[in-house]
Amino acid sequence: MVRTLLVRGLLVGLLAGLAAGGFAFFFGEPHVEAAIALEEAAAADEAAHAHGTHDAAGAHGHGEEALVSRGGQKAGLFLATGLFGLSTGGIFALVYAALRGRVGPRGDGALALAAAGAAVVAIVLVPFVKYPANPPAVGDPETISVRTVLYLLMVVVGLAAAGVAVATARTVTAGPWERWIAAGVAFLVPVVAAWLLLPAVNEVPKDFPATLLWEFRVSSLGTQVVFWTVFGVLFGLLSDRAAGRRAAAAPTGTMLG
Amino acid sequence: MSGLSTPTTIPLPRIRPWLLLVPFLLLIAYLTLMDEGAVSQAGSYLHELMHDGRHLLGVPCH
Repeated sequence: MVRTLLVRGLLVGLLAGLAAGGFAFFFGEPHVEAAIALEEAAAADEAAHAHGTHDAAGAHGHGEEALVSRGGQKAGLFLATGLFGLSTGGIFALVYAALRGRVGPRGDGALALAAAGAAVVAIVLVPFVKYPANPPAVGDPETISVRTVLYLLMVVVGLAAAGVAVATARTVTAGPWERWIAAGVAFLVPVVAAWLLLPAVNEVPKDFPATLLWEFRVSSLGTQVVFWTVFGVLFGLLSDRAAGRRAAAAPTGTMLG
Repeated sequence: MSGLSTPTTIPLPRIRPWLLLVPFLLLIAYLTLMDEGAVSQAGSYLHELMHDGRHLLGVPCH
């Protein structure tokens, strides 16, 4: 049973990752290209000012002598979203196995949708509000470690808050609205506290086009929403179908037993 | 497994052995989304290869 769920999570994750990669390719790549063009223009400008260091233009690796060509990076997009989907889908399946029948909706499909929805809020929206995605040319390479830790911290806060919200709601025995309110408060208090207390990061260059930044961020959000939507719906559909098959097979099973 | 009451609870001891896969799955995610050469020993190759995916999945890239 766990094995079936795990295989389902890995495969559906890979598929949803590739679908998200497809969305990112058409809706995100143009903005990545535009940002890289700005980055290279800025680097070339800098090199022209500082005479004698003409090789600085391609220093970051986006130039023609890059380690991976732009074509390679566009193929790498699908590899990245696919592998992200594979690993996320596997972990989702194990969490789902533990939740099933214990926490959340009773139906297999409904639980998949609810869990995927919770994942969007906890690990996409919560970090995005504090540390939104940035295109190339935005962000100081010197601070990458700090920013990565802060980003991961926000993901952990989101997941922990979702867990606390569910646990709190389960302790409330009054009506459904009281449960929702308890869940909402238990979720928002740690999340808003983290938004307020964690250090802000703003490394957008002064002259970076606002429209490009906005469009890139929306396409990044879209990529992740596509991933979780495709993942939740496919995982739920397959789980419901499997449950239907088990229910249909059950009478024979009980006769044999 | 009775199968009739749809979501049957899976006993936690049966889930536990599979948790050994979690570090491996997290390693895949790390190499895909964050490695700058420290773990992979591949220099910035993974960074460059996964570059567009990292940006569009919203992870700090550089």
